[in-house]
Amino acid sequence: MLKRRIIPIELYSSGRLVKTKQFLSPRDVGHPIKSSQVYSDQNADELVLLNIDRNRTIDKNFSDTILQISKSSFIPLMVGGGIGSLSDADLCFESGADKVILNSSVYRTQNLISCLAKKFGSQAVVVGIDVRKLDGTNYGLFSECGTKLEQVTLEVHISNVVSSGAGELFIQSIDRDGTMTGYDLVLLSRVVASSRLPVIIAGGAGNFLDMLRAFESGADAVACGSLFNFGDNNPIRAKAFLKNYSIPLRSA
Amino acid sequence: MIIGIVDVGIGNIGSLTGVLNYLGLNTKLLEQPKDFANCTHLILPGVGTFNEGMTRLRAMNIAESIIDFAHSGRPILGICLGMHLLATSGEEGGVNTGLSLIPGNITHLPVLNGYRLPHIGWNTVTELKHHPLTKGFKQSVDFYFVHSYCFNPASVESMVGITDCGIEFCSCVGKENVFGVQFHPEKSQRNGMILLENFCSWDGNA
Repeated sequence: MLKRRIIPIELYSSGRLVKTKQFLSPRDVGHPIKSSQVYSDQNADELVLLNIDRNRTIDKNFSDTILQISKSSFIPLMVGGGIGSLSDADLCFESGADKVILNSSVYRTQNLISCLAKKFGSQAVVVGIDVRKLDGTNYGLFSECGTKLEQVTLEVHISNVVSSGAGELFIQSIDRDGTMTGYDLVLLSRVVASSRLPVIIAGGAGNFLDMLRAFESGADAVACGSLFNFGDNNPIRAKAFLKNYSIPLRSA
Repeated sequence: MIIGIVDVGIGNIGSLTGVLNYLGLNTKLLEQPKDFANCTHLILPGVGTFNEGMTRLRAMNIAESIIDFAHSGRPILGICLGMHLLATSGEEGGVNTGLSLIPGNITHLPVLNGYRLPHIGWNTVTELKHHPLTKGFKQSVDFYFVHSYCFNPASVESMVGITDCGIEFCSCVGKENVFGVQFHPEKSQRNGMILLENFCSWDGNA
């Protein structure tokens, strides 16, 4: 049986890891290579490494970081942030990424997903979607680290990326990011109902019960930053808790 | 002992060499026929599509080198796409001929209600029979999978392990000195390392 996954998020900025609140006010939370080793030892199921520098390009420092992580942490690594071309993705894979997360570029470069899917297979192409509530029930999709509102609706965008060959969805609620008030389960349910792709939900995890609620709402994987950064919590403890609720999880 | 890793220029070679070096094993990247000579073991890794993988092996003139290596009796391990390339044919990216080291074909996993595709995450491998590469596995151990296609062996004899993702598919395939795994041992922490260590100490006799 396929297991549900618990995935720490690492936000990379100028060689360090930071944690944001609603995509703003980054606080230093450690070193990317050391943190990844710790998460790996704590039985995290995968890692997400996102480059959030505003001049985001896949530069040498970032690709070196990927390389160092992949040499010292033997768990699957998803890498994103500023991947705008086939050559950016190539560099990430060559450096040790197992999957790439495309986000802003998907809105502008129509064929980037299909190009990558053709070369690396759909399973290696994750599409990240950053979502913020506009009013009451309407969600807006945002690119460029949450700064630019896109005109496409959630369901239409998902349908587009699925038909282009995306293999997985990484959904972040900007409103909930860093607030530790729980995942946006309404958003999650809408995404789960929109496609057959596996869904990773992020933004808002404040305790292990939030993870349970997300799994119950159809998430294949829960991702979190603050929960593991700002408390005595880790993937081992999360799994020990969730096993009481019969959530299928990897036995190490 | 030198573990040759075929590098076709797609996908993640770094984490495989990383974990082998961590285990204290010597690795060598293979990019042309003459690189194969002094290798004792060969790993065919892979991220990418079947079509892209075979096209590159042929363009680099190393498809024949891999087949010759197999015929020499030395051990070969195919990982994910590398496992698929061991088959007779594959349908990913159009129908293509594979290396034909283990008879079988590669097809898309079926779309089933209640199951999401691609098959991504940790799942259990159930051993159908003992094999030197699965020595030391605990019962029902989890490995990391990330794929949409699977290996259908022509003979049940070559099915070593199966995994359930709505249907049961062959997750470990073996014939003589050639072995393939659908999951990524280099990403599967302790269980993956056991398999890689088993492979690197294997003499090729099943």
